[in-house]
Amino acid sequence: MPRTRATTPASKPAASSSPAWSSRHLLGLQELSADEIRLLLKQAAAYRELATSNSRKSALLKGRLVVTMFVEPSTRTKVSFNLAARRLGADTLDFAAGSSSLSKGETLVDTALNIEAMAIDVLVVRHPSSGAPELLTRQVKSAVVNAGDGAHEHPTQGLLDADTILQHKGKIEGLRVAIVGDILHSRVARSNVWALTKLGAEVWVCGPATLIPDELRDFGVKISYDLDALLPSLDVVNMLRIQHERIKGPPMFPSIREYARLFGLNAARLHTAKKDILVMHPGPLNRGVEITPEVADGPRSVILDQVSNGLAVRMAVLHRAAGFAPFSTEGKA
Amino acid sequence: MTTLLIKGGHVVDPACGVDGIANVFVRDGKIVSVGEKAPKAAETFDARGLVVCPGLIDMHVHLREPGKEEEETIASGSAAAIAGGFTSVAAMPNTEPACDSEAQVEFTILQGRRAGLANVYPIGAVSKGRKGEELAEIGQMFRGGAVAFSDDGTPIHNAALMRLALEYSAMFDRCVIQHSEDPNLFGCGCMHEGKVSMELGLEGIPAAAEESMIARDVILAKMTGGHLHAAHISTRGSAAQVRAGKAAGVRVTAEVTPHHFTLTDDRVRSYDSVYKMNPPLREGPDVQAMIEGLRDGTIDVIACDHAPHATEEKELEFNEAPFGVIGLETTLGLVMTFLVEPGHITLSKAIETMSINPARILRLAKGTLAPGADADVTIFDPRKTWTVDAAAFKSRSRNCPFDGWKLRGRPEAVLVGGKLLPCREAR
Repeated sequence: MPRTRATTPASKPAASSSPAWSSRHLLGLQELSADEIRLLLKQAAAYRELATSNSRKSALLKGRLVVTMFVEPSTRTKVSFNLAARRLGADTLDFAAGSSSLSKGETLVDTALNIEAMAIDVLVVRHPSSGAPELLTRQVKSAVVNAGDGAHEHPTQGLLDADTILQHKGKIEGLRVAIVGDILHSRVARSNVWALTKLGAEVWVCGPATLIPDELRDFGVKISYDLDALLPSLDVVNMLRIQHERIKGPPMFPSIREYARLFGLNAARLHTAKKDILVMHPGPLNRGVEITPEVADGPRSVILDQVSNGLAVRMAVLHRAAGFAPFSTEGKA
Repeated sequence: MTTLLIKGGHVVDPACGVDGIANVFVRDGKIVSVGEKAPKAAETFDARGLVVCPGLIDMHVHLREPGKEEEETIASGSAAAIAGGFTSVAAMPNTEPACDSEAQVEFTILQGRRAGLANVYPIGAVSKGRKGEELAEIGQMFRGGAVAFSDDGTPIHNAALMRLALEYSAMFDRCVIQHSEDPNLFGCGCMHEGKVSMELGLEGIPAAAEESMIARDVILAKMTGGHLHAAHISTRGSAAQVRAGKAAGVRVTAEVTPHHFTLTDDRVRSYDSVYKMNPPLREGPDVQAMIEGLRDGTIDVIACDHAPHATEEKELEFNEAPFGVIGLETTLGLVMTFLVEPGHITLSKAIETMSINPARILRLAKGTLAPGADADVTIFDPRKTWTVDAAAFKSRSRNCPFDGWKLRGRPEAVLVGGKLLPCREAR
C-alpha cells in the first residue's frame, strides 16, 4: 500500500518522460514496485563511475540545498549522503541534532518547519522513531529521504545491499540470501526483505527465536534458527549487529557468548559455505560477536564494497528526490 | 410543579421491555408514565420520528480535572456528554492528584453539580495514589459517593492487591474496574503486536498482555465472590475469557469502546497518533469478536474511554505520543452506524449497553423509564446523517479518529432530572 501522500508538491511525479519515478520522497522500499527498485539500481549504476571519482563532479544539483538531519548517531550514512550530494554539485548543510532545538524541547515538526523556511530542496532524515520521515512529508514541501527510522526502514541501505549483490552476482533473482541476527529491531533487515523479495531472491532470516518476528512468513520470508544448517546453501549472507539500544525489557538472549556461538560467522563456519558466498554487513561491526575479524576482512567479505556502492545509490536517490527524470543529465527539473 | 410530555416518539426502554410509539410524561424530574395516554403538560416535546430512551450512561470517561484542565474539565466533559446524548458519565480517578480520597470524590461530584449538565459520578482509585501498592480508603470513598473502584490507566498488577480489592469492595457492593494489562508483556509497546507492527517497526503490545490479566482476574473474582468489571476489552481471547467466566457463574462484566468495534491496526500505517490508544487497535477478527460479544451478551457495556489530550501533546512521533482518543460526541453515531444499521445488534440491545447495563454495574438507580425513575432521557434521530467535525466539539480536546466521518444517528436533546437540554445550539 503506497503511503506517500499525494498532497505535497514533492509527491508529484517529476517529468512526463517514461519511465518515471512514483514520488520524490523515499520513505521505504516496501511501498516501491519491483520496477522502481530496478530503475533506482540502474540510476545508481549510471552514477557508479562518478561516485568513485574525486576529480569529476556533476552539476545536476547545482544551486540545490540538501540538508541532513540526523536525530540519531551515524557515521557512514551521513558522510555518504553528504558526499553524494556534493558529487552532484549540491550545497549541503548538516543539521546536527545534538546542537539543535530538538534537545531543547522543540518538536520534530517545528524544527522541520524552521529548516523548511530556509528553502531547502531535499531533507535527509534519520530518526529513532519509526514513521518520523513520513510525518515530515506532511509538514514540509521539500522531498524527504529516509536515512533510517527506528526499526522501520533504511531504504538506501536496502538498495545498496541489492546493488552490491548485483555487482558481484550479476543477478538477484533465484539467489538464496539470508539475513542473520537481530531481525526484530532492524530497519536494515526490513528494507532488505522488501527489496530482495520483490527482486525475486529466496530470502531467509536467521537468529534467536526471540529476535525473529514470525509475521515475516506472511511475506514469503523463510525462517531458520540454525545457521549451521542454513549456511551451506546460501549465495549471500548478511550479518546484522544486535541493536542493544532498542532492547528495553529483559535481555532477549542469555549472553553474547552464547549468541556468538550460535549465530556468529567465524572462519570454521564459513568453511562450510559455498566458495563464492558473499559476506555482507551494514556496519557498524561488532567484531567477535556476529562476525569474526578474519571473516570481516577475508576474501568473501564485500563489506567495503557496500560502503562504496552506498555513494552511487544515494546519488541516484538524490537525483530522484530533486525531481529529475530517470537518467536525465540536464540541470533542469 | 413542572410537567413535560415527550410526544409520539419511538420509546425504547429495554429494562421495561418497551419498544414502540408512546408518550413519556415527566413531572418534577421523575418519570410518571410511558404509554398511549397524553396527559396535559406545561411543555411538550414533539418526538415524532425520533427515538426516546433512558438517558445514556458512559461509565468510562477521563475528565482530567484536577490536573490537566487544559485538556478537559468536569464542566467541558459534561458539555461533551450532553452533546453526545449522554446524561450520566462515570469519571475515572487518574487525575493529578489521583482521586483516591473521600474529599476528592466529593470534589468531582461538586464540580459536576456546578456544571449543571450531565450527572457526574466519581470512580475512586483502588490503591493509594494509584500506585498499586496498598488499598485506598474505599469505604470512605463509598460514603462520599464513589460508584466503583479502579486504577484505570494502569492495571492492578499485584495479584494479592487485586484479591484484596475484590474482597473489600464487595463489602460495599461495588465493582472493581480493571484496566486489564500485564505490564511486563506490555513492555514499551505502542501498538498491537502483529503483522502491521512488524512492518512499521513499531514496538508491539501482544494480545496476551490483556488476555492473561483477564484470565487471572476471573479466577480471583471466582475465589473472592467480588464483582470484576473488565474495562475496554479488545481481543478475541479477552472475549473468550469473559464468556467462559460468565458461563462458570463468576461475577464478571465487560465493556468495549466504539473504536474497538470500528477500527483495526491497519490505521496505524499512517503513523498518525490519533490512532494510538490503550488497549491498541487490534485485528479484523478481534473487531468481529467485539461485535459477537455484544450480540451474545458477553460484553455488557459500550463505553468510549474518552481520553482527552492536548493537540501539541498528541502531535508527536507515534511512539512518543500519549495513548488515548476522545469519544463522547461520536459514540451514539458510531453505535447506530456500525452496529444497529448493519443489523449486528438491535436498537434495543444497543440502548441496553448504554443505559440499564452500566446502571446495574455501577449500582445506579438509572437506565430506565419506569414510573418513579429519575427523568433522565435521551432523544435522538436514528436516521439523521451528519458529518463529524472535531473542531466543533464541546470537549476541550480534538484527538478524535473519526473526524470527517459521515455517521447516521444523531442526538437531538436530553432530559437530565427532568430538565430539557438540547444536544446542539439552535442555528
